[in-house]
Amino acid sequence: MIKKVRSHINRDEGLLFERSSPGKRAYQLPELDVPLVDAAAALGKENVREQIEHFPEVSEVEAIRHFTRLSTHNYAIDLGLYPLGSCTMKYNPRINEQVARTEGLAWAHPYQPEPLAQGCLEVLQSLESALLEITGMDAVTLQPSAGAHGEWTGIMLVRALLTSRGNPRKRILVPDSAHGTNPATAAMAGYGVEGIASNERGMIDLAALERAANDEIAALMVTNPSTLGIFEENIVKATEIMHSRGGMVYMDGANMNALVGVTRPGDFGIDVMHLNLHKTFSTPHGGGGPGAGPVAVKKIFEPFLPVPRLKRIGEALAFDYDRPQSIGKVRAYYGNFGVLVRALAYIMAHGGPGLRNATLDAILNANYIRKQLQPYFDMPYTSPSMHECVFSDDRQAKLGVRTGDIAKRLIDYGFHPYTVSFPLIVHGALMIEPTETESKDELDLFVDALISIAKEVETDPEMVRKAPHLTRTSRVDEVTAARKPVLRWVAADER
Amino acid sequence: MRYLPKSDSERRQMLDTIGAASLEDLVSHLPPETMLHRPLAIAPGKSEYDIVDHFRAAGNRNASAYSSFLGAGVYAHYRPVLVDVVVSRGEFLTSYTPYQAEIAQGTLTTIFEFQTMICQLTGMDVANASMYDGSTAVPEAAMMALRITGRNRVLISRAVHPEYRAVLECYARNQQMPVEEFSYDSGTGASDLDDLEKKLNSDTAAVIVQNPNFFGNLENIKAAGEMAHKQGALLVVVFTEAVSLGLLEPPREADIVCGELQSFAISPSFGGPYAGIIAAREKYLRQMPGRLVGQTKDSNGNRAFCLTLSTREQHIRREKATSNICTNQALIALMATVFMTVYGKEGLRELAMQNLAKSHYLSSKLKPKFTGPFFNEFVVATGKRTPAEVNDALLARNIIGGLDLNRFYPELAGHVLLCATEMTRRKDMDVLAEVLSA
Repeated sequence: MIKKVRSHINRDEGLLFERSSPGKRAYQLPELDVPLVDAAAALGKENVREQIEHFPEVSEVEAIRHFTRLSTHNYAIDLGLYPLGSCTMKYNPRINEQVARTEGLAWAHPYQPEPLAQGCLEVLQSLESALLEITGMDAVTLQPSAGAHGEWTGIMLVRALLTSRGNPRKRILVPDSAHGTNPATAAMAGYGVEGIASNERGMIDLAALERAANDEIAALMVTNPSTLGIFEENIVKATEIMHSRGGMVYMDGANMNALVGVTRPGDFGIDVMHLNLHKTFSTPHGGGGPGAGPVAVKKIFEPFLPVPRLKRIGEALAFDYDRPQSIGKVRAYYGNFGVLVRALAYIMAHGGPGLRNATLDAILNANYIRKQLQPYFDMPYTSPSMHECVFSDDRQAKLGVRTGDIAKRLIDYGFHPYTVSFPLIVHGALMIEPTETESKDELDLFVDALISIAKEVETDPEMVRKAPHLTRTSRVDEVTAARKPVLRWVAADER
Repeated sequence: MRYLPKSDSERRQMLDTIGAASLEDLVSHLPPETMLHRPLAIAPGKSEYDIVDHFRAAGNRNASAYSSFLGAGVYAHYRPVLVDVVVSRGEFLTSYTPYQAEIAQGTLTTIFEFQTMICQLTGMDVANASMYDGSTAVPEAAMMALRITGRNRVLISRAVHPEYRAVLECYARNQQMPVEEFSYDSGTGASDLDDLEKKLNSDTAAVIVQNPNFFGNLENIKAAGEMAHKQGALLVVVFTEAVSLGLLEPPREADIVCGELQSFAISPSFGGPYAGIIAAREKYLRQMPGRLVGQTKDSNGNRAFCLTLSTREQHIRREKATSNICTNQALIALMATVFMTVYGKEGLRELAMQNLAKSHYLSSKLKPKFTGPFFNEFVVATGKRTPAEVNDALLARNIIGGLDLNRFYPELAGHVLLCATEMTRRKDMDVLAEVLSA
């Protein structure tokens, strides 16, 4: 039975361009306090455009209704559980939004004189210290813009260190359970990719690693806990094997929400890692960014970190660009500062003990779901779960219903789907990460929903296959979208 | 703790369901040598009040109540109220990448509108859902040109933002992508096309210019395009000042346009988060990096939108993907979308006209170093005094002066880059001119 939602009036909304009419306005500029300039005379006639063809013209009222109506067509954390595995869709505290808009911070120009930017530099310094304490690493750069950008920065650091030792080596080892960014990142950093299989318990296969880790391997990229939500019990041995062959170990920090305050990558042998502040540290996903992907490293990598680095001169903080071994600049300026402010606010709100409590609650929630769903869904890897649990659709697939169908049916029950068909080593995966910010009531509703769907698969598989049934938009034809791409609105007179 | 929505008795019930004695039990399977046996050395949790206070104090230690003439890639433009109203809606703020199209039409529709408006502004056929920022969009555009042409050499003008060039160099290092710079004309401030022509050859994949360039001056896009195309190279046009697109002829001769939307209601925020874009000719669509939203129908025949052409992307193609980018800048792109909606066709032009008027009022009181036409930035010499001395004199009058160009262009020591936008007040420009001429 569907308990969480019922239908209500939902407004249709067309495109802005279809509301447009010449002369409608949502703006008024202040009166100009200097003389107007003839654009053609100042810029050259050939450099001035006649108009922006078909650009929208709408009123303020229509503009706010447009975006508000569209917003109601979205699911969001603010509406309920968002159990996407490895995405850590936790509550995004609103205080973070407010402090990021503090005038002196939000309007700080990246080139304003350093004595007039001490507040910003202190924010950077405080966040660096907190992240080092949390990860157990020695140095951190806050500059990468997102997880994938952090991965690339991290692998560039590996390359720089190995090059300084005489040989950058040729390939990166990537487990078969890894996120797709890992191999894509290795390629962007100029490395080949070599896959490495997991053992039957979903962990790094030490024997396979022994065989693979030769002097052409620059690094092993691991995700810990793995994408199966399982802590790598052999992580210390794995790092020892890599180090004994002169290779490095990179950790994808996507699943750091399972570790904060409990264990530290720096203490179990990791050399380089990134964090996703938009996962573990509660900064909002915003429908796909902005994120931030700080990279934390052991001391030997510090000379290679991107410029600038923070340094103290007496009481004051300053930027240090004199770093001859640095890999250079991975982006303009100093990183997604506004996201960094939000993450620091989150860390301050929890404090050290609170961060650990959050981790334990995240693990509690995942195990609570796991325990109750295990009678209804197959679970190929049954090692203890950390912050997420991964089922397979094997039982339901026999009745013709796949993980993607179950996910769509979950929408009818008022929930966002889990991560579908990932990791690839689980056939038809249902990857569920509740995070710590879900109440018992919400989890109970979610468990009820999946059990109810499991029963529906047995009684009415066809209905499940055609879900969702209650959404304003029914199942979307993604095949046609890809076959005949329409990627912008085109005016009638352009067609 | 206020972000953890459970009572201890609920935790107890849940542990009983699981069959665990305590929360600690849940992590007791971790190898002992990996465990942290002490609390994190981070101060205990703080109240909302304390946190607001902390950041307010940090803000106060920065410049406040100063007028500023800094631009150089980051511009102070007015942010319409509607922008924060829209992006503060939890449905936009707290949603994930819109993979589940049936419950993400809000985000998908706004991205489709964003892609459309970026095409209208740039004169290109296709635009992606955003890149991290303008600086990282440049190497992505260059790598795209490499894939399209099968060549590997990149030529970039020295009048492109110096930090963007540094980022390109960092990305290029492991891509077998030699990057060479061509100079700018010391008279006009525009790129030196003679130097470009000399350096162009049949290995050149891309020619990269910025318009308006770092000095604020306009480039001859048409001539650069003809030169590049004659050698079979692509023309990549970069912009850092998106407001200029309201008035300037779009770079129609470009094959790829990339740039930074910070000017569209995105706070300077000490360098980020901003939003980059890549737009291109339709024939290059399959080589675009990043996410794309396309129009389709749902099973009831209603118009609907979804992420599409993902076979280019890392989660499908893995090491053969066009880029490793996944999370981009969706919410920031939404800010820009609301900004473009509020100003619209007439407003964006009027806004650009105001910028032009302000910068030309300021320049009329000074002597720009370069003779070429400029939009809202220009270079001036500080005369007998150093830029640092002039800027100190300005700070005493609560004004942050221009960027000292010596930092990036040693040959332009003794010069500053000044910017004026619609937010720049006449009286501050008068003070600046007075101090600079003293």
